[in-house]
Amino acid sequence: MTHLVMIPILALLSSMLAAVIIFALPEQRHRLRTGINLLAALIKVVLVGVMTWGVIHQLDYGMSYEILPGVSFELQADALAMMFAGLSAVLWLLTTIYAVGYLEDSPNRSRFFGFFSLCVASTMGIALAGNLFTFFLFYEMLTLSTYPLVVHRGTEKALQAGRNYIIYTLSGGAALLLGMIWLQGLAGDLSFQETGQLVNLNAELHPQLIMIFALLVAGLGVKAALFPLHGWLPQAMVAPAPVSALLHAVAVVKAGAFGIVRVVYDLYGIEFAALLGVLEPLGWLAAFTIIYGSVRALAQTDLKRRLAFSTVSQVSYIVLGTAVFGPVGTVGGLVHLLHQGIMKITLFFCAGNYAETLGIHKIHELNGAGKRMPLTSTAFTLAAFGMIGVPPLAGFITKWTLGTGALNVQMEWVIGVLLISSLLNAAYFLPVIHRLWFQPEYDWSEQRRWGKLETHSWLLWPPLVTAVLTLLVGLFAALPLSPLSWAKLIAAREYLP
Amino acid sequence: MSNWLMAGLLFTPLALATTSLLLDFRQGRALAWLGMVLQLLVSVGLWGLVKQEGGFYYSLAGWDAPLGIELRVDGLAVTFLLLTTLVASGCGIHAGIYLKPDKPWQRYFWPLYWFLWAGLNTVWIGGDLFNLYVGLELISLAAVGLVALGGQAEALRAALRYLLAALLGSMVYLLGVALIYGQFGTLSLAEVAHQVRLMDQAELMRPALVLMLVGLALKTALFPLHGWLPPAHGIAKSPVSALLSALVVKASFYIAARIWLEAGEVVATQWMAQLIGTLGAAAVIWGSWLAWRQPRLKQVVAYSSVAQIGYLFLLFPLTFGVDASTSLQAQQGITLQVISHALAKSAMFLAAGNLILAVGSNRVDALAGVSHFLPFSLFSFGLAGVSLMGLPPSGGFAAKWMLLQASMASGQWWWILVLVGGGLLSAAYVFRIYRASFLERDEKDHFYHPDRRLEVVAMLLAVASLGLGLAGSQVLSVMALPFEEVQ
Repeated sequence: MTHLVMIPILALLSSMLAAVIIFALPEQRHRLRTGINLLAALIKVVLVGVMTWGVIHQLDYGMSYEILPGVSFELQADALAMMFAGLSAVLWLLTTIYAVGYLEDSPNRSRFFGFFSLCVASTMGIALAGNLFTFFLFYEMLTLSTYPLVVHRGTEKALQAGRNYIIYTLSGGAALLLGMIWLQGLAGDLSFQETGQLVNLNAELHPQLIMIFALLVAGLGVKAALFPLHGWLPQAMVAPAPVSALLHAVAVVKAGAFGIVRVVYDLYGIEFAALLGVLEPLGWLAAFTIIYGSVRALAQTDLKRRLAFSTVSQVSYIVLGTAVFGPVGTVGGLVHLLHQGIMKITLFFCAGNYAETLGIHKIHELNGAGKRMPLTSTAFTLAAFGMIGVPPLAGFITKWTLGTGALNVQMEWVIGVLLISSLLNAAYFLPVIHRLWFQPEYDWSEQRRWGKLETHSWLLWPPLVTAVLTLLVGLFAALPLSPLSWAKLIAAREYLP
Repeated sequence: MSNWLMAGLLFTPLALATTSLLLDFRQGRALAWLGMVLQLLVSVGLWGLVKQEGGFYYSLAGWDAPLGIELRVDGLAVTFLLLTTLVASGCGIHAGIYLKPDKPWQRYFWPLYWFLWAGLNTVWIGGDLFNLYVGLELISLAAVGLVALGGQAEALRAALRYLLAALLGSMVYLLGVALIYGQFGTLSLAEVAHQVRLMDQAELMRPALVLMLVGLALKTALFPLHGWLPPAHGIAKSPVSALLSALVVKASFYIAARIWLEAGEVVATQWMAQLIGTLGAAAVIWGSWLAWRQPRLKQVVAYSSVAQIGYLFLLFPLTFGVDASTSLQAQQGITLQVISHALAKSAMFLAAGNLILAVGSNRVDALAGVSHFLPFSLFSFGLAGVSLMGLPPSGGFAAKWMLLQASMASGQWWWILVLVGGGLLSAAYVFRIYRASFLERDEKDHFYHPDRRLEVVAMLLAVASLGLGLAGSQVLSVMALPFEEVQ
């Protein structure tokens, strides 16, 4: 039994210990630091792999330890947890490789990688949290460890963005805390369970449960960048590219979305949430955010800002899937948790490559970059097509599943939202792709060269890997262990108690 | 066994204080290290004793309660004795390195330090009201002396103001004590509480209770009586500020809490409890606002104390007229708040002192670049800040959690708003410091790098305040040690 408990703890510790060691290392020990970082990331991938295997075979990795009278620190590894843990373990490895290349010769790397590892540790904790209290511990830890990354550059603009980030996320945390306390008062310490458990409460409490739901979703919605709580996200773009990748694909926005999934499925239970009538407003909010984010993305001239608004839009697919009542909708939302991560991280890696290699920040400067950087541009194109929903890429699978799910429960309006959003996606990604491949070269005055490759090799491999993944998860969606099958497994456990 | 422990707790600090008077700073420091080890042994020993045999009353020199000095040793007292050992040792070690031995004034540091410690121990285990008063006076006078230690005009002004406030507070408290003595003919807190319950004399005791609480509130710097605190804590040497903020203001609060918990339920009224809570809430808001506006680093930390002390006074409404389990939750929450604030605030003052030493200025905007060149010192400041903001996994969070639950359970939802809003307000002033220190203007390291040991002490205290949240149940189990009526 004991070794089963140890694995989730080790998965948490791998990045936490890495952080401590990295903080203690002198700034100049670059090689050692990189080595420790990669080693820890590899160990985590292995541990998460082992746990995933165990979850398939119904092993129980749970642990619980009383921190305060009446509340426990609780870890559990269920199928949903493994989905998020797997995403962050794999993408941490790739992002670390990328960040090492990206930050070469820049100051404060010790600090950067230390907090970076702490961020991943928090994400892992969020994934493995067994109750709302534990989730909250890591949710707030994520806020604190991300702040130094957002303000990493130390410029006035970065500090301003950091300030906004903190105001938004701490207020969100406060709302979450309020909801949590309220719920604790009504129902005591509740573990996440696959079919929810609030359904057992007295019917008189239902109005209160609706208000608690609103508080919890408001708190989580800040990180998930739900309209109108998304304001921090585009501003946080001043952070270095690996941080944006982390913010948009792995850690922060996903923590919010994942939290909403946990609240709806494992706390309220999807059937009970539908009964309370809280899912429909949530669905409308998500739908509005999807359209709103796309429209705003269309208007941006800065590449990273366009990608940021695209994130606002895309993360809400997960929320929409959660709010679409019915097993297929659930699958669509959950699978997007992974798909969006893979696609969006590719796009941010590529944006970082353009910025580092050619000094590109504005979209019009991308003219002709496809010839100069064919591999990066291919990766970018693939991911962008995925976002638009071109078959057989990752995004298509999501949209198809979401649409089917909505039809099953007579929510036809979702199809309309998906269509409009795909059109808007096309409208803001296709011109970029057109510029990359079919326009004469822009005059890049800040070009840098690294050897024979189009860019630094550490910067090149990660986006190529994730771009190939974008293709593979779509192409082989039907195979076991693909994100889609995994999402189906979760949905099956959710709907078939 | 208990004889030796009691003597160790009360007489060795006094003996060390008088001996240190004859020594210079360096000799006093060597003696102090010995004393800290002794205090550690004694308080841990007492903990073991209480754990084994339960709490007990102890009559000093064999004289019983009405005439002699009665001491009351229970889980709560042990908790605070241990806390004092931890924090005062940290501050003492820091001071031994931080203060310059060559200044003639500094030789008075150790005698005052030990008088302060003796006073604190007296208060934690004092069983009667007069005894508590003596401890409190000892603390106040030593604290005033420590503030004045720098010798500059500003420090003397702050110390004088502090002295007047402290004396006024003591006098008002003493007046209340005198009323009680006139009424009941005893000063033993337990005996008074017993008689009040027995004879239904709540009306008679109410003026005395009000007087004592007002005096103690003044000494704890409860809004709006907090005016003396920021100048005194702001101007004192950093290790002194740390001691004052972490322990000294807690002593008077501790007495107020003990009186309230013994007699409040019978004597006080609902509106009194709510009024005290409201003043606490006002302190949270007003103190945080002022902390956010201070241009000087130590003033930020000092005003933060005003705000954090505000939380403590939520004890009063949350234990009045509620059921026993809710009241216990509130008491546990407040105990955790006292401990985590003591650890966090001492860490923060020490770290602030190190930072000021490093940048050579006490202004917040002089911190630019600190995160690059002095990450260690900044990090301890930051970890302490996490606790003050009440974010997990810190002790501050654990405390807030218990208080939130108590507010919820007693239906007093308005305190929830204060607790959650207060957390956000403290984030405002803590992040203002981060923001200043993350700014990077020039690439050169023009900072003085303080002694590593100074940084380590601050870090250890900060880590303790952060880790407290994960050991909440264990700490509370010390507080809940059983009390055996030995008498």
